[in-house]
Amino acid sequence: MKTDHFVAMLASGNVAVAPHAPARRYATALGIGALGSVILMLVLLGPRFDLADALWIPMFWVKITFVAVLAFASVHLALRLARPGSGLRWVPSALAAPIIAMWLLAALLLIGVDSEQRYVLLFGNTSKSCPWLIALLSVPVFVAVIWAMKGLAPTRLRIAGGAAGLAAGAVGALVYCLHCPEMAAPFIGTWYVLGILIPTAVGAVLGPRLLRW
Amino acid sequence: MVAYHAFLKELSAHLRGFLRKRVTNLPDDVEDLVQEALLAIHNQRHTYDSAQPLTAWVHAIAKYKLVDWLRRRANREHLNHPWDDEMDVFSSAETDATEAKRDVHKLLLQLPDRQRLPIVYVKLEGMSVAEAADRTGMSVSAIKVGVHRGLKALAAKIRGAD
Repeated sequence: MKTDHFVAMLASGNVAVAPHAPARRYATALGIGALGSVILMLVLLGPRFDLADALWIPMFWVKITFVAVLAFASVHLALRLARPGSGLRWVPSALAAPIIAMWLLAALLLIGVDSEQRYVLLFGNTSKSCPWLIALLSVPVFVAVIWAMKGLAPTRLRIAGGAAGLAAGAVGALVYCLHCPEMAAPFIGTWYVLGILIPTAVGAVLGPRLLRW
Repeated sequence: MVAYHAFLKELSAHLRGFLRKRVTNLPDDVEDLVQEALLAIHNQRHTYDSAQPLTAWVHAIAKYKLVDWLRRRANREHLNHPWDDEMDVFSSAETDATEAKRDVHKLLLQLPDRQRLPIVYVKLEGMSVAEAADRTGMSVSAIKVGVHRGLKALAAKIRGAD
């Protein structure tokens, strides 16, 4: 077919699109994904027994803020990477900032104590299961974000897949906060970050296969 | 709709230039690629954000489709080249193509006439073998041999230059 005819064909009919389609698609995906993650947490793990009391502890909110900022930034990263040619701008800094802040806080805590207490601050009681449970809770979000991305146009598939995994991991971690009793900054800076990195790695591996269009 | 038609028309001219520069060795396929890029842009038009530069968006899609097309082509021909974003072919520097052309011409000058002329006439200027034979006074089979050996020698020189 001649390109001129092809262009005429493409331009025929109703070609208008809904405004903010990508953002709305992400909102839908995240809503459904997070809901799935919460249900998974309630069924398999249950909320922490002292959740009502924890709401009054500042460190609980520090932890929530840490994960929420990561989730916000990584969702933006995933959104940007699903749009051809859009730069990342402030997003990498927004991802790095909470992690650096948490590590600084952890360092301050670890410096002031002896080695036995350091061990407790770093490993808590649940370090073995924490990353895996975060990865598990991220599964519904992962599926949803990949679905959202597939309807858009990621051009760097490996990075986009990684960003989808990162967003899923961060939202999964946010849900996990409602279950997890650990409050020490060294613990959160290590095991939460590791837990978020598991779906990130999976996303980066599967991205080129899942996201092609 | 009329505006969109005009936009796509202008865009196809722009894409033709963009893609022609990047697949200099496959001029026949440029039009195919232009259409494929147009289709992708049309299908993904909801991913465009008016706050973002249009060319960045268009080029990212065209480049993605180009890489995809090259990869499929490579698979078809069992060449299995790893086409990555990092490859020089996709360098955004507009000068790369001209520089490559100049380098090839430099290397060509090092070849003996019986190899250089067949390559210049048949491969670069697109003459038929018979026409090239006429022009150079060489026999048809000498032209073919010249092209074949000359290209081999050229490839060896390029490897050496690296």
